[in-house]
Amino acid sequence: MTFMDLLLWARGPALVGAVAIFVFGMVLRLFEIYSLGRKPDLAPPRSGGPGSGWRTLWARSIPSKPFFKVSMLTYIAGYTFHLGFFVVLLLLAPHIMLIRSVTGLHWPNLPTPLIDLVAVITLLALIVTLVNRIMDPVKRFLSGVGDYVAWTVTFLPLLTGYMSYHHLLLDYTLMLAIHIMSVELLLIVFPFTKLTHMMSLFISRWFNGDWFARRGVAS
Amino acid sequence: MSASLQKGIKAFREVMDAPIASFFSSCVHCGICSEACLFFTETREPKYTPIHKLEPLRRLWRQEYTLFGRLGRMLGLSKPVSDDELEQWSTLVYDSCTLCGRCSLACPVGNDITYMVRKMREGMAASGHAPEGVIGATKRTVALGSPMGVKLGALQAQIRAQEAETGLTIPIDVQGADYMAILSSMEIINFPEYLGSLARIFHKAGVSWTLSSEAFEATNSGIQIGVSDIAREIVQRVVDAAEKLGVKYVISPECGHAFTAIRWEGPNLIGRSYKFQVIHILELLDQLRSEGRLKTRGKESKPLTFHDPCQIVRRGGVVAQPRRLLGEVASDFRDMKDHGTINWCCGGGGGVSANDRAEELRLKAFKRKKSQLDEVGVHTMVTACANCRIVLEEGLEHYNMNINVVGLTELVADHLEE
Repeated sequence: MTFMDLLLWARGPALVGAVAIFVFGMVLRLFEIYSLGRKPDLAPPRSGGPGSGWRTLWARSIPSKPFFKVSMLTYIAGYTFHLGFFVVLLLLAPHIMLIRSVTGLHWPNLPTPLIDLVAVITLLALIVTLVNRIMDPVKRFLSGVGDYVAWTVTFLPLLTGYMSYHHLLLDYTLMLAIHIMSVELLLIVFPFTKLTHMMSLFISRWFNGDWFARRGVAS
Repeated sequence: MSASLQKGIKAFREVMDAPIASFFSSCVHCGICSEACLFFTETREPKYTPIHKLEPLRRLWRQEYTLFGRLGRMLGLSKPVSDDELEQWSTLVYDSCTLCGRCSLACPVGNDITYMVRKMREGMAASGHAPEGVIGATKRTVALGSPMGVKLGALQAQIRAQEAETGLTIPIDVQGADYMAILSSMEIINFPEYLGSLARIFHKAGVSWTLSSEAFEATNSGIQIGVSDIAREIVQRVVDAAEKLGVKYVISPECGHAFTAIRWEGPNLIGRSYKFQVIHILELLDQLRSEGRLKTRGKESKPLTFHDPCQIVRRGGVVAQPRRLLGEVASDFRDMKDHGTINWCCGGGGGVSANDRAEELRLKAFKRKKSQLDEVGVHTMVTACANCRIVLEEGLEHYNMNINVVGLTELVADHLEE
């Protein structure tokens, strides 16, 4: 098998398989959540208050000052790597080309040198979160294998993408194949780890906001 | 598996719902909830991180309600929840959580951790891991009608004393009155002036009200310990009495969990809506004020602050009313830095103050309120929860702080226009 064969496999059948597992897993997780249902609340809710499920769904993305002040590092490093990850994923020209070839959808890209800078910042932010997870007594205490697995599969696509763009270490074709396979690893692991939060956090926030809104409080 | 553990696991399964599944699915172990919890901030012990208090419930959810968790359990990769583990968690679930709800506002993925602790207590109590102090309070509520063992005779004695004090009649069992007031044991025993204050305010405002000899106790320790059957029975007593008297409203007193119990959990516990409405005393006073029926005279000139009772404010939505009322009777009102819906708990809610083994931890956690008070620098603190009031007074005494605690209803009554 040549590097090219590997690359073709990675961007062909392997990608299809990984996406299928990802979609199946996420639908399963949705089912696992919603199939449990929720008892109707018979207490008459307050009306006209400032809260709602939909409000909390987006409002919780902006930390309120007292909570931000005491967990600044967590918020800043977390925001940086989340935003950076999505900028690199969605605004790098080759990524848009791939999405276009599969779905027909496309949008303008950012200049590649800028994406390159964002990738470095994102990698650094991820390293900060890892060091913080190991050093901070609370995070270390809460963390299990799953937390480190989730970190690794998030870090690898960025690292291998950066390395293939800069032709570092390995043959470009091989590196590109590894990059694509690291994305597939991320997709496969995604629904079975805390990475699911990408989807479920919107459900959680809605339930939270709805609960508080019934009591007349914006959460 | 012991029979009691089986009961506990069954209760865990019964409370499992879509919100809980979404919350556990979403947690990324960021630890932000720790800084929202006074039991963590005042001890810096990671075990007091709110989400960690739910670990046995989370494991059961993962093992029984997720595909991967089920596979893991079949392969022996995760151990089932055990009695020893629940015993170990008892102090985390009961001693270091007041159900104050602050973590539920902080969590970036929106997890309502407090909602889950309340639910988890159902399984903890069913498996015999609730603390003695709260069990005792609950038993007394079932047998005697009140967690402090207050019987009708004690209430009648306080009624007579307050009638003598105010020169007014305190109505009891008046058929067809508009409002039925209920009281917390602590008000009957420690702060009977609340009752006198109601009489004075309602007399001036022309409110038709009554007490009931069949249901005067508002406290619901069934909610705090996590036994829905008992919580239901306690709510049912009030509902029966109110519907028998045909009142339009039941007035929830200055007691946090009483409000949660009768206003929010009650209809769900008894499985139907009431034939009356529930109103918190602060809501009623504010309504009377806005209708011009509550007229006050003179203002306190000394600086004072307000301690927000969690269940009335953050978990109950009565936020603006106490401040509007204070505006009528105080000229130098100063809010603490974190106030309103992001207030810090007194440290004794959710059954913690009834739990003897939690006393040391509770006093440690009080340092949070202490530093807030040091910062605002006043000598009078107003509040609207008899339990907060007792816990605050104990904390203030423990730390030798010269601060006077006053009930808001009482303060309003003291400023009634003659």
